[in-house]
Amino acid sequence: MLKVTDLHVSYGGIHALQGISLEAPAGKIVTLIGANGAGKSSTLRAIAGLIKSKTGSITYEGEELTTLDPAAIVRRGIALSPEGRRIFPHLSVRENLLLGAYSRRDSAGIARDMEWVFDLFPRLRERSEQKGGTLSGGEQQMLAVARALMSRPQVLMLDEPSLGLAPLLVKDVFSIIERINAEGRTVLLVEQNAFAALKIAHYAYVLETGRITLHGTGEELLADQRVIQAYLGG
Amino acid sequence: MTIEIFLQHLLNGLTLGSLYALIAIGYTMVYGILRLINFAHSEIFMLGAYFVFWGVTLFHLPWPLALVAAVAAVALVGVLVDRVAYRPLRDAPRISALISAIGVSFFLQNVAIVLFKAIPREVYRPEWLENPMIMGGVRVLPLTLFVPVLSLLLMLGLMYIVYHTKPGLGMRAISKDIETSALMGVPVNSIIALTFGLGSALAAASGIMWALRYPQLQPIMGVIPGFKAFIAAVFGGIGSIPGAVIGGLVLGFLEILIVAFFPDLAGYRDAFAFVLLIVVLLVKPTGLLGARPEEKV
Ligand SMILES: Nc1ncnc2c1ncn2[C@@H]1O[C@H](COP(=O)(O)OP(=O)(O)O)[C@@H](O)[C@H]1O
Ligand SMILES: [Mg+2]
Repeated sequence: MLKVTDLHVSYGGIHALQGISLEAPAGKIVTLIGANGAGKSSTLRAIAGLIKSKTGSITYEGEELTTLDPAAIVRRGIALSPEGRRIFPHLSVRENLLLGAYSRRDSAGIARDMEWVFDLFPRLRERSEQKGGTLSGGEQQMLAVARALMSRPQVLMLDEPSLGLAPLLVKDVFSIIERINAEGRTVLLVEQNAFAALKIAHYAYVLETGRITLHGTGEELLADQRVIQAYLGG
Repeated sequence: MTIEIFLQHLLNGLTLGSLYALIAIGYTMVYGILRLINFAHSEIFMLGAYFVFWGVTLFHLPWPLALVAAVAAVALVGVLVDRVAYRPLRDAPRISALISAIGVSFFLQNVAIVLFKAIPREVYRPEWLENPMIMGGVRVLPLTLFVPVLSLLLMLGLMYIVYHTKPGLGMRAISKDIETSALMGVPVNSIIALTFGLGSALAAASGIMWALRYPQLQPIMGVIPGFKAFIAAVFGGIGSIPGAVIGGLVLGFLEILIVAFFPDLAGYRDAFAFVLLIVVLLVKPTGLLGARPEEKV
């Protein structure tokens, strides 16, 4: 279980996270929804070790993560597919995937997982020798998710995986998230597309200007009047 | 000009160009990752030459062993420079690291003056490098072949590391996006240290070979070759390793051939490089193979 307790993050004078607490139990899909600037990315980046929190704690299986650097956190089994894809445009698809596996030493296992992600995303297999920068937006998003999977994470964090994708691709992305989860992996999902996220989530948190204002099962939030008005365009 | 003499000039150009290229690679790799012009790089070059001198005179090592030991020791100095002078400034404005680099450059020069004294020293050269051979009618010093051949091997070795190994993949990744590389589990600081080590090793090898060709050691001997290699890196497209190699070779050939065909201009040979720099900056600031400059976020 991944557990965040009373997390605070500031950028200079901006107090972006003001005491976030949340839990992602093993094997569940947990989603974090909220408007632009609410602090969703900051939460994921803090868990991944990219930004250091002022106070609060982040633990995984009881171990404190806040003192670890990003590479050590990946080795603990927590991977982030960052907002905006951030693939390496000058490296081939295969090299991008190998980077995702950088923390691993089992070359046989890496080769097996390469096949596994190619099965999940057949387009990537076709384009494996192409430079990442030549892929379409949708393919780049697939690559970003596949790359995060290459570390064989127990917890996969996805920051807006459906951003900028055509509706058909959005459906693909969400069904792949469910497939990954069905294999026993915990997913912590940040989405603007609140409806789709709540539909697949076991549990959900609503973030507003650095605070969690609501939480409940996906179904509960889908039926909540405040959520409907604010995020589901009701 | 006879064909023999022309070939001789070509060989000299190749030699000088390889030496520039070896230094330029270090500038370009560090710049590619940290957007830092490592001014101390010319002193790294100088240390290579002196360390061999020490190895032979002080520790009585056989020359090939002194060469290897010097390259390894200078690589360590390069790693140390990064650790002490640049790494603490990683999150500081870029200008701070640049000033630190200038400081390290002066520091190492002055350490060299204290350790090695400012008087120029004669270099030991193994005899087998100096007995001329006749090849196809051309009189060739083994030295003139030794330099390009060893340089080529070193460059191939470097390319292998950068393009075909896992740490090399890490280097290419952090040169584009340090933060995302860290997310992938790339140990950023170790990879940067490796970059400094490799770049310094090549510069040391260049300094050692330079001292064989121009056999005089001085604490400021790195300054002019360092500047020219930096220009070569800019010309080739700073950040690009193949660009640094091409830039170094072009500069070496130009310098030798201009002096060969226009002996009256020999006195200006150091000025050519700077003219080239100005032309590049005016015409194509990204250099031959350089990418568009991107601001780091
Ligand atoms: N690098 C940064 N520097 C300064 N402010 C930042 C930075 N990143 C995020 N912020 C601010 O922190 C708040 C939360 O941002 P973010 O976590 O990106 O929100 P979200 O992902 O929910 O859109 C916003 O007010 C944003 O402007
Ligand atoms: Mg965001």
